[in-house]
Amino acid sequence: MKRTLENIENQFETFQILNEEGEIVNEDAVPELSDDDLKEIMRRMVYTRILDQRSIALNRQGRLGFYAPTAGQEASQLGSQYALEQADYILPGYRDVPQLIWQGLPLYKAFLFSKGHYVGNQMPDGLNAVSPQIIIGAQITQAAGVGIGFKKRGEEAVAITYTGDGGASQGDFYEGVNFAGALGGQNIFVVQNNQFAISVPVEKQSAAQTIAQKAVAAGIEGIQVDGMDVLAVYAVTKDARERAINGEGPTLIETLTYRYGPHTMAGDDPTRYRTEDMNDEWEKKDPIVRFRKYLESKDLWNEDEENKVIEKAKEEIKAAIKEADNTPKQKVTDLMDIMYEELPQSLKEQREEYAEKESK
Amino acid sequence: MAQMTMIQAITEAMRTELGNDENVLVFGEDVGHNGGVFRATEGLQDEFGEERVFDTPLAESGINGMAIGLALTGFRPVPEIQFFGFVFETMDAISGQMARYRFRTGGTKSMPITIRSPFGGGVHTPELHADSLEGLMAQQPGLKVVIPSNPYDAKGLLIQSIRDNDPVIFLEHMKLYRSFREEVPEEEYTVELGKANVKREGSDVTLVAYGAMVHSALKAAEQLEEDGVSAEVIDLRTVSPVDYETILESVKKTNRAVMIQEAQKQAGIASSVAAEIQEKAILHLEAPVMRVTAPDTVYPFTQAEGVWLPDHTSIIEKVESVMNF
Repeated sequence: MKRTLENIENQFETFQILNEEGEIVNEDAVPELSDDDLKEIMRRMVYTRILDQRSIALNRQGRLGFYAPTAGQEASQLGSQYALEQADYILPGYRDVPQLIWQGLPLYKAFLFSKGHYVGNQMPDGLNAVSPQIIIGAQITQAAGVGIGFKKRGEEAVAITYTGDGGASQGDFYEGVNFAGALGGQNIFVVQNNQFAISVPVEKQSAAQTIAQKAVAAGIEGIQVDGMDVLAVYAVTKDARERAINGEGPTLIETLTYRYGPHTMAGDDPTRYRTEDMNDEWEKKDPIVRFRKYLESKDLWNEDEENKVIEKAKEEIKAAIKEADNTPKQKVTDLMDIMYEELPQSLKEQREEYAEKESK
Repeated sequence: MAQMTMIQAITEAMRTELGNDENVLVFGEDVGHNGGVFRATEGLQDEFGEERVFDTPLAESGINGMAIGLALTGFRPVPEIQFFGFVFETMDAISGQMARYRFRTGGTKSMPITIRSPFGGGVHTPELHADSLEGLMAQQPGLKVVIPSNPYDAKGLLIQSIRDNDPVIFLEHMKLYRSFREEVPEEEYTVELGKANVKREGSDVTLVAYGAMVHSALKAAEQLEEDGVSAEVIDLRTVSPVDYETILESVKKTNRAVMIQEAQKQAGIASSVAAEIQEKAILHLEAPVMRVTAPDTVYPFTQAEGVWLPDHTSIIEKVESVMNF
């Protein structure tokens, strides 16, 4: 009897281009990116880190609602997003607001989403995306549908969806990757393995050594990548996108990453399940520190550049939160109006009742 | 005009809309080459090709999640859930996701999906094949729940459901699939959603039913006529949203009402309609609004279903107690 598990697991290595010192360790794999591209990626990561710090502060002041911190995951989120084209479709999880922003969601709308205002869920023209999913993994089967739809229409576009290590345990994860494989979806499934599903460590999610190897059972490509290395994440996503569009099937990408903050701002205390040592170890891998070293070695980045980005981010965040605050409050009648295309007979009467309450 | 069974009328409706709109897709378990376990999709793959009528992997959540994604790319999906008892596998995709999409996207994205599914008792199926679970669906805002009682309505309602821009749960009572034929126009026509149908006019009591129970109500009405009781029979056709106007108009005329459903008594369509009548027309009533339902147990597949399921005799008994109140 031939045993195969060990052979399969041994084939999943972590793909890396930049090491922790910001040195190229995989020369052949360095993606073709102009100096402007490299600076733009850095700019986005720095901006997003500031946005995270400001969002946490705004949440603590009671000026934002639901917020899932992003610091630590910038390379996973923005490296993959940078590989997309505007025609592509994003189906994010609840932590994946930065990808939406850099694909075209105005900042004030991201804040409105956080505050639970439906205007935050209205994507602007030209942004193919749905708002972040709250149910873990529910977006994965939907992403398969979008990818299969693109294939049916012969469109040069992919559907990319994001979940976490916990999400890869859901039935919808397995169903989604399997449907995309079986029906030829133009899909990229990104699992940001940030080591913990709230408090449960990834070792308790599965006996599988990697999440990437779950692709094997679905008959699709799987790759594990250093999720703190923005060049590596960009390169594997770009490659996955090209293969999907060329009819070579979907790809599952596992990014190894870490969230520095709590699960969400709703009372999670990471000191209950993570040690300082562990935090320190991951902070040494920081995606921004590493990429800064790389860019500095190429004379593409300096403190001045960075400060300019930080100031710009702070200004724009201030303006956006003001705009969000100035958006008219959402009413119950607004919700009634968007339950159906046309208000049913039975809801009309209830609408009148609430319209009267709201007029007082 | 042709004589058709309800299942033929359902196939006809899908054929019509596949022909009318290239965005319509029909898919599910065994719906392709095999034409569905009840043959509802017989011949459709041959006629419209595998890109538009296709088999999926066996996973209900995946089927409806995929339907959502296809709707996001402009398609008009008509997925089949092979038996409605399997809906528990896909409750999130339906109630947690597609029903909320219009709301969740701030009114910018619609989900023109019609989930077809066989349901209903009396045909000796294994467990979780016969349950009446329309109440679960009716509780979810954002969905429409349609249940035809005859071939003519089935065709017109299904065409209208497929054209509707909100998600529709289209439930087909298995006992009605081939139990009788009637005249069904070959040309296309629609039956409005959310509109009940007065199947029989009467002056003493209003019987409100849907699906297979419409036929039990009509049978009861015939027998009651012989005893001098004139029963009006209303076929809801859409159980969410309910056409309360038609019901209230009837009750104000007859002053008595009996709600009939094959589902268990607790928390169903019959209860909410009864409550609405009492809120809106209490002074018109000569007797309490009564309900004829199955008991509050799980569905007793095969063995005891004959006793468990309500029928025309249980309707007649309830009408008598309303008349003699």
